[in-house]
Amino acid sequence: MNITAYVVLSGILFTIGCVGVLTRRNAIVVFMCIELMLNATNLALVAFAKQHGNLDGQIAAFFVMVVAAAEVVVGLAIIMTIFRTRRSASVDDASLLKY
Amino acid sequence: MDFVKPTIEYSQLWPMLVVYGVACAGVVIEAFVPRALRFGVQTVLAALGLVVALGGTIWVGSNLDELGGGVARGAIDVEGTIVVDGPTVFLWGIILVFAIGGVLLFAERRLEGGVSAFAGQAAALPGTEAERLASTRGLEHTEVYPLMMFAVGGMMLFPAANDLLTLFVALEVLSLPLYLLCGLARRRRLLSQEAALKYFLLGAFSSAFFAYGVALVYGFAGSMGFAEINEAVRNDTDNGVLLLIGLGMVSVGLLFKVGAAPFHSWTPDVYQGAPTPVTAFMAAGTKIAAFGAMLRLYYVAFGSDRWSWQPMLWVIAILTMVVGAVLAVVQTDMKRLLAYSSVAHTGFLLTGVLGVQQASELSDGQVTSLQAVLFYLATYGFAIIGAFAVVTLVRDSGGEATTFARWQGLGRRSPLVAGLFAFFLLSMAGIPLTAGFVGKWAVFTVALSAGAWPVVIAAIVCSIIAVFFYVRVIVLMFFVDGDAADGELAVVTRPSLLTSGTILVGVAATLVLGIVPGPVLDLAANAGQFVR
Repeated sequence: MNITAYVVLSGILFTIGCVGVLTRRNAIVVFMCIELMLNATNLALVAFAKQHGNLDGQIAAFFVMVVAAAEVVVGLAIIMTIFRTRRSASVDDASLLKY
Repeated sequence: MDFVKPTIEYSQLWPMLVVYGVACAGVVIEAFVPRALRFGVQTVLAALGLVVALGGTIWVGSNLDELGGGVARGAIDVEGTIVVDGPTVFLWGIILVFAIGGVLLFAERRLEGGVSAFAGQAAALPGTEAERLASTRGLEHTEVYPLMMFAVGGMMLFPAANDLLTLFVALEVLSLPLYLLCGLARRRRLLSQEAALKYFLLGAFSSAFFAYGVALVYGFAGSMGFAEINEAVRNDTDNGVLLLIGLGMVSVGLLFKVGAAPFHSWTPDVYQGAPTPVTAFMAAGTKIAAFGAMLRLYYVAFGSDRWSWQPMLWVIAILTMVVGAVLAVVQTDMKRLLAYSSVAHTGFLLTGVLGVQQASELSDGQVTSLQAVLFYLATYGFAIIGAFAVVTLVRDSGGEATTFARWQGLGRRSPLVAGLFAFFLLSMAGIPLTAGFVGKWAVFTVALSAGAWPVVIAAIVCSIIAVFFYVRVIVLMFFVDGDAADGELAVVTRPSLLTSGTILVGVAATLVLGIVPGPVLDLAANAGQFVR
C-alpha cells in the first residue's frame, strides 16, 4: 500500500496547526492548533506503521493521545486561571514579562 | 500477533520507581490527611523518598555490569526501552541531589512569615476577598510536593530513555508538572500566571514538533529504538530526507528544553515569573535531564550521522552563547540576569556536546565529551541552585526584591550573603579556583580536540562578556552606596536551616569542585560510555 497520500495529509495538517499557533491570538485556539499538530503526528505514525508492517507506530499513537489528554488538563487549568484573572484569554494581553 | 509479557528489571529501576511511588502517595495524602498535618507529612515524605532514591542510585551504580572490556557499564532494561548505564546513574545522582535542594527550598517557611512561597489558594483570584481569606487562614498548596516528585521522575526517565516513545513520554512527564509549579507564586501572581501560560504554550508547541519528528524518524527507521535507528542510519536506506527533517524536529524539542537560541525566549520570562524555589529546581534539573537525553540521542541513535547534526549544533552553540551573553548585559533584574546567563551556559554545554566522543581517539588523561558535559552539569547545578536560593533571601516589603536598584550596597549591609552570591557568580563566570572554571576548561578542551575551534573562540569571547556582567553585579553590591532616595533598599531576611543549608552545600561543592575536581571527574570518567 502506498502511504504517500497519508503522510502528505499529515504534513498539511501539521502545517495548518503550526500556522494557527503563530497567527491566532486566543489562547484556547492556539491550544487547539497544538492539538491539531499532535493529531497530525498520530496520522503520520499510523501511516508509517502500516508501511513498515509493525505495531510500534500504532502503539505510539495511543501514547500521543494520552499525552495530549494530559496536556489538555494542565493547559486548560492554566488558561482558565489567566482568563479569570484578566477577563481575557488573548495571548497578546499577557505582556508583563518582557525584554 | 502474540504479545509477550515484558521483563522488567526492578533491581535496577527501583530508585526511579521510588520517586514515582512517593509522587503517587503524595496525591493520596492530599486527599486523606488533615490539612494541618499535610505540610509536614508531604515534606518529610518527599525528602525521604529522594534520599532513599539517591541511596538506591549509588547502590545501583556500584553494581553495574561491565561491558566491552570496561568501556561501558550497565544494561539495557525493559525490552530495550530504558538504559541504566554509567552516565544514567551519574545523571540520576546529580538530579536527585538538586531535587533534595529543591525540596528544602520549597519547604522554607520563615521567609514569608510562616507560610511557603506558594500561593495559598491558586484558584482564588489575585486581589480578591477570597485571596485575603486564604492568606489570613494560612492556607498552603502542599500539592507542590507531588508535582515536584513527578517532575523529578520525568527528569530521571528522560536521560535513561532508549527509544523515542519513552523519550517523548518522559519529556511530558517532566514538563507538565513544571508548567503548573510556575504558576503558583504567592506574591506577584499575575507575573507567575503569565509565566505559566507562556511556558505551557511554547512548551506544548515545541513538544508537538518533537512528536512529529519522532513520527518521521520512525518512518525512516521502522523502529523507535535507538539501536535500530542507528542501524538504519548506518545502512543508509533511502528516504534520507525523512531522517534529516525528523532529526531537525526532534532537536527543536530538546533544544527548547535546554533553552538554546533561537528557542530560548521562554527562559527569562519563566525564570522571572516562577516562584524562586521552582526556578532554582527547574534551572538545575531540566538542564541536566535534557542534556542527558540529548547526548544519548545524538551519540547513540544518530551517532553514525554526526555530519548531519554537528554543523547545526555549531551554529546553535555559537548563537546561544552570543545571545545569552549579550542580552544579559542589558538586564536590570536579578532573576532575568541569571536566566540569560543560563542561556549562555547552555551554549557552553553545547560546545562540549560537539567534542570528541571516543576515549580511544584521545591521549591518556584527557576527558571525553560525555565526561566534560556531565562534570559541567554538576558544577553548574550547584552554582545556579545556590544563586537562586540567595535571591529568595533578598527582600523588601513587597517580597523578593529582584531589581538591581534594590540590590545596591547589599554587600555593605549583609557582607556574608552578598559574598556567597558573588562567589556563585564568579563560579558561573569561570574564575579559577571555582568549579565553573574546571567545567569550562573541560568542555572547551574536548571541543578543541574535535576541531571545533571557531565555536571555542566564540565561547571564550562570550565568557569574557559574561565576566563583565557578573562583575557588574558584584560592583553593584559592594562598591555602590545604597541610595534610599531611589526607593526602598532590599535587606537580607534570615532564613531557616533549610535554605541556609542548601546555600552552604552549594558553596562547599562549588569550592571543592574548583580546588579538587579530580574525584568527581573520575566519577564521570568511571561512568564510561553509553550502553548501546
